[in-house]
Amino acid sequence: MDLYEYQGRDLFERHGLPVLAGGVATTPQEARAIAERLGGRVVVKAQVKVGGRGKAGGVKLAEGAEETVARATDILGMDIKGHTVHKVMITVTADVAEEYYFSYLLDRANRTFLCIASVAGGMDIEQVAAETPEKVVKAPIDAVTGVDEAKAREIVTAANFPAEVADQVVEVAVGLWKAFVAEDATLVEVNPLAKTGDGKLLLLDAKITLDENAAFRHPDHEALVDQSAVDPLEQAAKEKDLNYVKLDGEVGIIGNGAGLVMSTLDVVAYAGERHGNVKPANFLDIGGGASAAVMANGLEIVLSDPSVRSVFVNVFGGITACDEVANGIVQALALLEQRGEKVTKPLVVRLDGNNAEAGRAILDGANNPLVQRVDTMDGAAERAAELAAAGV
Amino acid sequence: MAIWLTKDSKVIVQGMTGSEGSKHTRRMLAAGTNVVGGVNPRKAGQSVVFDGTELPVFASVADAMKETGADVTVIFVPPQFTKGAVVEAIDAGIDLAVVITEGVPVHDTAAFWAYNVSKGERTRIIGPNCPGIASPGASNAGIIPADITGTGRIGLVSKSGTLTYQMMYELRDIGFSTCVGIGGDPIIGTTHIDALAAFEADPETDAIVMIGEIGGDAEERAAEFIKANVTKPVVGYIAGFTAPPGKTMGHAGAIISGSAGTAEAKQAALEAVGVKVGKTPTETARLMREIMSAG
Repeated sequence: MDLYEYQGRDLFERHGLPVLAGGVATTPQEARAIAERLGGRVVVKAQVKVGGRGKAGGVKLAEGAEETVARATDILGMDIKGHTVHKVMITVTADVAEEYYFSYLLDRANRTFLCIASVAGGMDIEQVAAETPEKVVKAPIDAVTGVDEAKAREIVTAANFPAEVADQVVEVAVGLWKAFVAEDATLVEVNPLAKTGDGKLLLLDAKITLDENAAFRHPDHEALVDQSAVDPLEQAAKEKDLNYVKLDGEVGIIGNGAGLVMSTLDVVAYAGERHGNVKPANFLDIGGGASAAVMANGLEIVLSDPSVRSVFVNVFGGITACDEVANGIVQALALLEQRGEKVTKPLVVRLDGNNAEAGRAILDGANNPLVQRVDTMDGAAERAAELAAAGV
Repeated sequence: MAIWLTKDSKVIVQGMTGSEGSKHTRRMLAAGTNVVGGVNPRKAGQSVVFDGTELPVFASVADAMKETGADVTVIFVPPQFTKGAVVEAIDAGIDLAVVITEGVPVHDTAAFWAYNVSKGERTRIIGPNCPGIASPGASNAGIIPADITGTGRIGLVSKSGTLTYQMMYELRDIGFSTCVGIGGDPIIGTTHIDALAAFEADPETDAIVMIGEIGGDAEERAAEFIKANVTKPVVGYIAGFTAPPGKTMGHAGAIISGSAGTAEAKQAALEAVGVKVGKTPTETARLMREIMSAG
């Protein structure tokens, strides 16, 4: 889960790291209250999870409460690269003398964590790394021993931080590592890490990604999810413990196992190239060992997507039993019928593996004109794409 | 003789008395795996009967190894206890730990991996979030169905569980030496490269299928390794060509971030070193079939 800047600022503050005083507002009135509390000159920043908001006019200075209200009114509701601004962060301003870069992140290739630090912060770090690699230090971090004062000093020395801020950077490096571990983050990026005119360090921006697998030890992380940005179908799927991602196409996809479902999306997209350029409408993994009820829940979600014109159920039964999947399909269709919801979208079903024969027999026995069985993955994808194209 | 798991492997199960653990212990036994016991400190000294086979429960991995000579552990404990279970297996010095558990925090995986490195990588870790390893006809450690395919001379390494099964099914008439599901998490104990090296050295493997997916650069690094070290034919498949950037596709590691991790880049890297890459699982199987029939 990626956090908004204001959530990152709050998180840093909770962990005792130096940030600017501020708050977040969803209305101009809330912005006024924050401006009055902070007093003087403030900066109003659009909260969107996309870069380039400054150029888009999403970051403005304001003098006093009235101006803050005016700037917040301008920015709230603004569209920045397809993201609507629902919140603004308001902070006091900083007198920035120098801008550095500091981050911790997951290093997949080396199966550990990495610290990236540079005295040339404030701009695109990738460009700095490409043009002047000597200005960027990449230090592997041992996941067991982490970043203590000695390790932090090693990084600070290697990155050539000026002597007058070295002790402060060490302190930030250790504190930031503690926050990184304590919050189960996979990325904390501070750019810029600023030195003010009076020589103090401030974390002026926050880019944080939290590990959703660690949610069980962070009940507070749930509150960080931005409900307004969650697709309603994704939300409904999540409530039923289904792994669903909404996409832009017309062929609903249900499968078991992340890899097989990803592969199914590809095979359907290739077939779509021959059939009106239809594309997958979603990713839905019913997981291993799914019961009939799970299958039925999945089908209900996919069928409720108005852009879906046909559905492809692609199951290779490993642990999942194909007869359970077939029963789930039959039950879901019956349930929807009972509710008076007329199902008109055709289903193409491919079942292989564990209990495939029994599953196919159940579908054949139900004899539902909407359900078509095709015995190969490629053939079924072709059929589903063809039906979606015909349903235009 | 297959890789890492043979008919002589003695397997224990951490979490054998839990619902997933007991279900799959029964399946592993039915597949002919030499399962010799389980670990659960609260039930130490008891035993569990699976379809007529009585298995002892030990207090620790070390105890189980001492009493049974076990050299493989399969871990089914819930995510919050996985790090502890793996560290225990490392401390006991077992040869192979297969971590099936899904949803392990990446800080925990990074920690047990760093611990394993600090102990000289005495233990091979497969997973987490993987289906395990199967040497058809010999032994099965994990949740890979045993009845899809028989013994043969293809080696298979894959990030994805069901795609592993699909590929085993497609090539079931030829058969496999060993199938390794390495898992789709950002940090995993055994990589494509580890499996490629082992298959290259295995006299019972003639060709290798490698299945990857979007995210990270493991496939690109595997391509470099193949160029320098692998003489046996390799066929590849990559899932996720149509996945949009920024959306996690089911596996915690399957996400395209920026320009990194795309299926196109992985395909290009593999093809550049002579690996034939199939567009679909079926086409990939066909490419392998051509190699095996020509060989």
